[in-house]
Amino acid sequence: MNPMLNLWLIPILPLAGAAINGFLGKKSSRRAVTTIALVFCGSAFAMALWVAMRFSSLSLPYQEYFAHWIRSGSFTVDFAFYLDQLSLVMLLVVTGVGFLIHIYSVGYMWDDPSYYRFFTYLNLFMFFMLTLVLANNYLVMFIGWEGVGLASYLLIGFWFTKDSAASAGKKAFIVNRVGDFGFMIALFLLIKHFGSLNFSQVFDAVKPLPVESAGTGLLTIVGILLMVGACGKSAQIPLYVWLPDAMEGPTPVSALIHAATMVTAGVYMVSRSHLIFERAPTALTVVAIIGTLTAFFAATIGIAQTDIKKVLAYSTVSQLGYMFMACGVGAFSAGIFHLMTHAFFKGLLFLAAGSVIHAVGGEQDMRKMGGLKSYIPWTFLTMGIATLAIAGIPPLAGFWSKDEILWKAYQVSPVYWAIGVLTAFITSFYMFRLLFMTFFGDYRGAHVDEHGRASHGAHGHGGPHESPWVMLAPLMILALLSLVGGLVGIGNRFEDFLAPAVGSTEGAEVASHATELLLMGISVAAAFAGWILAYVLYCQRPELPQKIAARLGSFYQAVVHKYYVDEIYAAVIVKPLIDGSSRILWQGVDRKIIDAAVNDAGHGAGHVSDEVRHMQSGNLRSYAGWIAAGFAVVIALMLWMGAGR
Amino acid sequence: MVPLSYYLLLSGILFTCGVVGFLIKRNIITIFMSIELMLNGVNLSFVAFAAHWHALAGQVFVFFVMVVAAAEAAVGLAIIIAVYRTRETLNVDQVNLLKL
Repeated sequence: MNPMLNLWLIPILPLAGAAINGFLGKKSSRRAVTTIALVFCGSAFAMALWVAMRFSSLSLPYQEYFAHWIRSGSFTVDFAFYLDQLSLVMLLVVTGVGFLIHIYSVGYMWDDPSYYRFFTYLNLFMFFMLTLVLANNYLVMFIGWEGVGLASYLLIGFWFTKDSAASAGKKAFIVNRVGDFGFMIALFLLIKHFGSLNFSQVFDAVKPLPVESAGTGLLTIVGILLMVGACGKSAQIPLYVWLPDAMEGPTPVSALIHAATMVTAGVYMVSRSHLIFERAPTALTVVAIIGTLTAFFAATIGIAQTDIKKVLAYSTVSQLGYMFMACGVGAFSAGIFHLMTHAFFKGLLFLAAGSVIHAVGGEQDMRKMGGLKSYIPWTFLTMGIATLAIAGIPPLAGFWSKDEILWKAYQVSPVYWAIGVLTAFITSFYMFRLLFMTFFGDYRGAHVDEHGRASHGAHGHGGPHESPWVMLAPLMILALLSLVGGLVGIGNRFEDFLAPAVGSTEGAEVASHATELLLMGISVAAAFAGWILAYVLYCQRPELPQKIAARLGSFYQAVVHKYYVDEIYAAVIVKPLIDGSSRILWQGVDRKIIDAAVNDAGHGAGHVSDEVRHMQSGNLRSYAGWIAAGFAVVIALMLWMGAGR
Repeated sequence: MVPLSYYLLLSGILFTCGVVGFLIKRNIITIFMSIELMLNGVNLSFVAFAAHWHALAGQVFVFFVMVVAAAEAAVGLAIIIAVYRTRETLNVDQVNLLKL
């Protein structure tokens, strides 16, 4: 018998924070808003830690019923929570990284006039994200799923007076609708065939089913539809286009929502549904192919970006591709492992990028940075660690998780592995390119004369300056986690821990230990090669990249313009849709049929009554005549009908 | 004995005279008298049927109609006098203000 953990408190706490700040924040001081936001978010984190400490004494999965929701015949959905190894990892990542980013935001957003609104949204996001990871059925998960989408929309469009921010928010929301459509169809199919959305009931029903070998079956369709949902939320091909635009939001938002937590919801959902996917090899292959392609494709776009946040955005898309590659080859625990390490180092990269942007007074173009390492040494140090981690240099976090994924991928198909290693090389290259362009060489930007942030205006003159401690502390903690976070994966410990929740690929090892070491060597070599190449191109011979770009010509242009995917979508989907809506549906159906019918009915009634009202002439004898005529008609009718009978 | 149809024919003629008079006459008094004519036409058919079927209900109804007609005549004549006092005419075609 499990003790009562009151898991419901974990999501409710940030919701309370959001409510208090949302309703009262406008009138209260920044200090009060900060206190509320940090206390409620921090207590959720503390509670998650407390749950983690008691975790070993629980019989899993731990389920907690909170309230009724839907009772319809035998179909029931309740507000209930579900805790197993997978939820616990997500819980700790979300609350931990979320709390650190809350702290960071205090420094970063301090001078924003809508300070309270930012923390309201941020706490609201935490609520929905925690609902998502703690749900015990797909429908409550879907609430969280949609809720984080809402929070994402609100935060991308946080500076909504800027047109680009407002449209980026809309884009994110609308593109996600496409994915959610797939997700919902999958849920309907589950209800139809299993009569439930509860994780335990659905999985119990799925377990005895055989693996669908040939072509498609129910589970394959459900799996692919779930993957469509994951593609939207986790920015995979073909729905990744919203994530780079989402960088219009404040940088802590990019770190929290669009790197560390929300975009990994798709990976979580796929891993949660691993029993379905394991019985549908076709769906798994789809996942693997989408993941691999996205990883490679997004990485190549990342090479040519000049906006520091855009590089990181494409890097996020690419790393999410890795996670789906892992899920697609059945190594769900490796995917979750990468999710965790990625949350550390990518969250750190974004926060450090925010610190850089802060230091140079809001500039995001890397061509106008350079030589910053002497100005902002702490940011440089932490960002350097994160770069090493994401590039896969041992023994940092990224190395362990990426290597795990590549190793599992190799066992399924060397093609995945080859593309993965190539992507690792590109990743290492563009990350070191970012690092060198930003921190090395000479400072190329204008000197920051007037700095927007008054709280540290004392050193806001002259050159770039280091961020305050409230921003640096989270950077350092995350840097520490990026350094050592991968060590939990040594000797399959992480995989063994997750095995009861997401299954294990143990025992399926087809290649020898020597092969594993060789592959590891190759991927590390690829990482170093990317490093060296970036060093040569951006430190030793800074004129070379332009020459190479000129030589590549149209291909380089295609990469700079992100392969024109946005333009293609605009031409193929958006424009026909708008044209169809405005010409056919608006001008045609609405104007000419619906409006016309209503207007004509009104005009017709007007005309008829205009004629008929002349009957009321005031002339007594004409009234009498009408009455007599009426009687005559009635009598004639009666006679006629009587005759008919 | 006079057959029933004779009474009914006479009743119909009286009623038709009333209707025609109502429709073509312009003087309110004449119109008023036409109404009385119609009522009497109907009364005639009532009593004819009552006599034919040996049922008293028809006779009783005639009394009702007479009473109502008397009351109506009182009210109607009062209205006619009021109209004449204000409009100084009895021609209904000139009393036509009640309209849109």
